[in-house]
Amino acid sequence: MSRLSVNIAGVELKNPVITASGTYGFGREYSEFYPLSRLGGISLKGTTAAPRMGNEPPRIAETPSGILNSIGLQNPGVDALISDELDWLSKQDTVIIANIAGSSVDDYSAVAEKLDKTCVDMIEVNISCPNVKKGGMAFGTDPAVAAAVTKAVRRSTSKPVIMKLSPNVTDITEIARAVESEGADAVSLINTITGMRIDINTRRPILKNNTGGMSGGAVFPVAVRMVNEVYRSIQLPIIGMGGISTWQMAVEMLLAGASAVQVGTAMFSDAYAPLKIIDGLEEYASRAGLENISELTGAVKLW
Amino acid sequence: MKFIQDDFKILYNREIQNGFFDILVDCPSIAERARPGQFINVLCGEKPLRRPISICEIDKSAGSIRMVYQVRGEGTEWMSGLCDGGTINLLGPLGNGFNIPAKSRGMAVVGGGIGTPPLLGAAKQYLADNSERSCTAVLGFRSAAAVILEDDYRAVCDTVVTTDDGSYGRHGLVTLPLEEQIAQGGIDVIIACGPTPMLKAVAEVGAAHGITTFVSMEQRMGCGVGACLACVCKTRLAGEEMYSKVCTHGPVFNASRVVW
Repeated sequence: MSRLSVNIAGVELKNPVITASGTYGFGREYSEFYPLSRLGGISLKGTTAAPRMGNEPPRIAETPSGILNSIGLQNPGVDALISDELDWLSKQDTVIIANIAGSSVDDYSAVAEKLDKTCVDMIEVNISCPNVKKGGMAFGTDPAVAAAVTKAVRRSTSKPVIMKLSPNVTDITEIARAVESEGADAVSLINTITGMRIDINTRRPILKNNTGGMSGGAVFPVAVRMVNEVYRSIQLPIIGMGGISTWQMAVEMLLAGASAVQVGTAMFSDAYAPLKIIDGLEEYASRAGLENISELTGAVKLW
Repeated sequence: MKFIQDDFKILYNREIQNGFFDILVDCPSIAERARPGQFINVLCGEKPLRRPISICEIDKSAGSIRMVYQVRGEGTEWMSGLCDGGTINLLGPLGNGFNIPAKSRGMAVVGGGIGTPPLLGAAKQYLADNSERSCTAVLGFRSAAAVILEDDYRAVCDTVVTTDDGSYGRHGLVTLPLEEQIAQGGIDVIIACGPTPMLKAVAEVGAAHGITTFVSMEQRMGCGVGACLACVCKTRLAGEEMYSKVCTHGPVFNASRVVW
């Protein structure tokens, strides 16, 4: 499998397929299907300093080739993550990426600091959650604020820091450059695209939060475009995500500029989607005569 | 491995009432583990979300699962077009199922509309587990054209059917016949599945009589296995309110824990 191994910010992943934050909990549920050691890594459920109840339901709606969600960062808080989950996770033989969120810059640094002395391999900073009233996406839509969060987290931990970018901006490269300049080790993109659906019988939005974040196949071309834009504007490794459900889509994302990919919504229809993508990539790499899958990164030949 | 996700053979898929379908699937690996009150997540073609469908009956010796569903949207519409002998992809068994106290001797089953199917299997299991038990069913439907599973229920327990418009059975809500059944004595547990207002009313009746009541909740669902936190309902434990996962903490909850 060394043909598939990739290195992101000094961390070795056995393959470039990571399960996306928010769709995979803390990994326990899907370990009932297959050993998590098959995965390149797991990005854990977004975690905040204090426990959060999350938004009122309904929290999910289907869209053409996608879904909307407005979970609202329901999570047990960083202390519970550390005491209840990390010990088990550290035994799963896969890269553990903590995903952190906050409603102030101090929140982000506090959570990052608590995770600094744990077994997590990397920290992914969610500055792009569209479903919380305070903070979340607000941190990821203004370059100066995104830079400030990056700087604060960077100072709070020695772990590699991945900044997770929002697509809900006019120019994503502005934000990417801002987080690069403040010491981010990598970026991941895209988080969900803000959307809305309405029940025509009740004339109410389906989601109690009115709006939610769209993911799934429908966002894939947007994600590919943004990954390519970011690839051409910064030097950091990129973890690409947004609607990937097949190995062909993963290859496309790598060609656009990603060094690794995350898979999320696809798991809802097929729990084995990440494994099928890994197997598909392995066969493809072998057939294409690649020494390493990273040869694909950014290899798109633009017209 | 707790969850099974696989393709299975459809033994039959037929319409039993306007817009209501009955599907029997040969799925021994799921049937072996399944219990009444659990559900199955059904893959509907290219739909990004599976559809949670409650298990109506489990035949462990035949290795089959029966589900009765209503065509409500694009997913169930797609399911209704599946042919006998064809293939269906199932994920299950999911959820906790009914956990009826062993000492119970009399159960009332209260179903509303498409909430009636999961209670049928639960009633049969309840009676099969102990010959000293008795069970009574109160089933509410919108109208005569929406009545399902009446014969299935009558074959196993005393059954009262109500309709909202009085076009069949007794006119009105399920709570009045439920009160009458309770007044006759012998009921020490109630299980209910149906629209939320009905569940709330049944929970109130149960609480007023000091009878343990279990409700099977419904919510728009994502992964079905407890990872995504989409399908929550508000519950209370030791005075503290929280969002519990319908897919794994439920779908069956002790009604006293639900915040309505």
